Amino acid sequence: MNKFFDNLTKGILKENPTFITILGMCPTLGVTTLAANGIGMGLATTFVLIMSNVFIAILKNLIPDKVRIPAYIVIIATFVTIVDLVIAGYFPALYAQLGIFIPLIVVNCIILGRAEAYAAKNNVLDSLIDGVSMGAGLTLALTLIGAIREVLGTGAIFGHKLIASDAILIFVLPPGAFIVLAYVIALVNKINKAIYKG
Amino acid sequence: MAKTQSTLKNMLLCLFIVSFVSAGSLGYVYEKTKEPIAKAALSKKTSALKNVLPQFDNDPLNEKYSANTPDGEITFYPAKKDGRLVGTAIETFTNKGYSGNIRLIVGLLPDGRINNIEVVEHKETPGLGDKIEPAKSKFSDQFNGKDLSSLVLKVKKDGGDVDAITAATISSRAFCDAIQRAFDAYKEKRGNN
Repeated sequence: MNKFFDNLTKGILKENPTFITILGMCPTLGVTTLAANGIGMGLATTFVLIMSNVFIAILKNLIPDKVRIPAYIVIIATFVTIVDLVIAGYFPALYAQLGIFIPLIVVNCIILGRAEAYAAKNNVLDSLIDGVSMGAGLTLALTLIGAIREVLGTGAIFGHKLIASDAILIFVLPPGAFIVLAYVIALVNKINKAIYKG
Repeated sequence: MAKTQSTLKNMLLCLFIVSFVSAGSLGYVYEKTKEPIAKAALSKKTSALKNVLPQFDNDPLNEKYSANTPDGEITFYPAKKDGRLVGTAIETFTNKGYSGNIRLIVGLLPDGRINNIEVVEHKETPGLGDKIEPAKSKFSDQFNGKDLSSLVLKVKKDGGDVDAITAATISSRAFCDAIQRAFDAYKEKRGNN
């Protein structure tokens, strides 16, 4: 049970894909201008992550080692395209915001990284939990960065204006993404050190 | 279950099956979502047209016509009430945006005044250039009711009549450029008719 709990929570802090393993920096820096974008991108990636983890765990013994990477990529790309079509069809407002970033999930290192490092070596249930955990960690990370950048950069949170005037614009521009990311990583490392000593 | 060996036959078979299944499922999802995607695009366009045009009772989408310009196509949607032209929605664009193209729909009254403008698509910087969206600032409101034959479509810095968005002059210029394109194409079409 303890192992199960560890597996479920490791993505939040201990092995957070964004802050600890520093994977998938393209969406992290690119879409997080608003908190809502962070949530949307996080959830879309979580879905792909869970599905690809489960399928790769099922198929891991059937796929010969030498062609595993192309096989994984095709599986991941299939799910990404499905997500892309479904969001375009049923959530046009979200698609308008995330449209150009969704195809990029294919090359998001987190997904291939978890497929290779975890799903290819573990059973289906553990891989599913791993996908949920990593997805949750990613969604939290993107939302947090998005919220900080939105507050500092536009003076609003989830679209609600907090201050009437303009804010510190650099935070919604690309340099702001790097600045916020660096500070949050430092903070997460500090928290991690306090929780998991050594 | 034993791990499949990496023989040529196994590798070919594996990749073939994976690709085949994925192609099949993508085809299925594509067919399923084709209609909702088309519907979403259509409803977006219809609501944009309703927004920029005065009341009409025809279907402007059915009567659209277009003009080819060197940079791309501009589409016109005539709005009629009781068979009389009450306005034209012009779907226009500019490639002078700060990041990528900006697409607008400009609602033009028959006398050459702007009724309303809707931003269809843009990739301008959030917090700066995205103020071209009517929902985010009053920038685009300043054009409403202006007569395009007398308005100088340039920002004040360039000697025109348009108040630019602070710290987003390029986006503001691009916005003017898109409207100018729409008006030029409109005039040309009118001249030909």
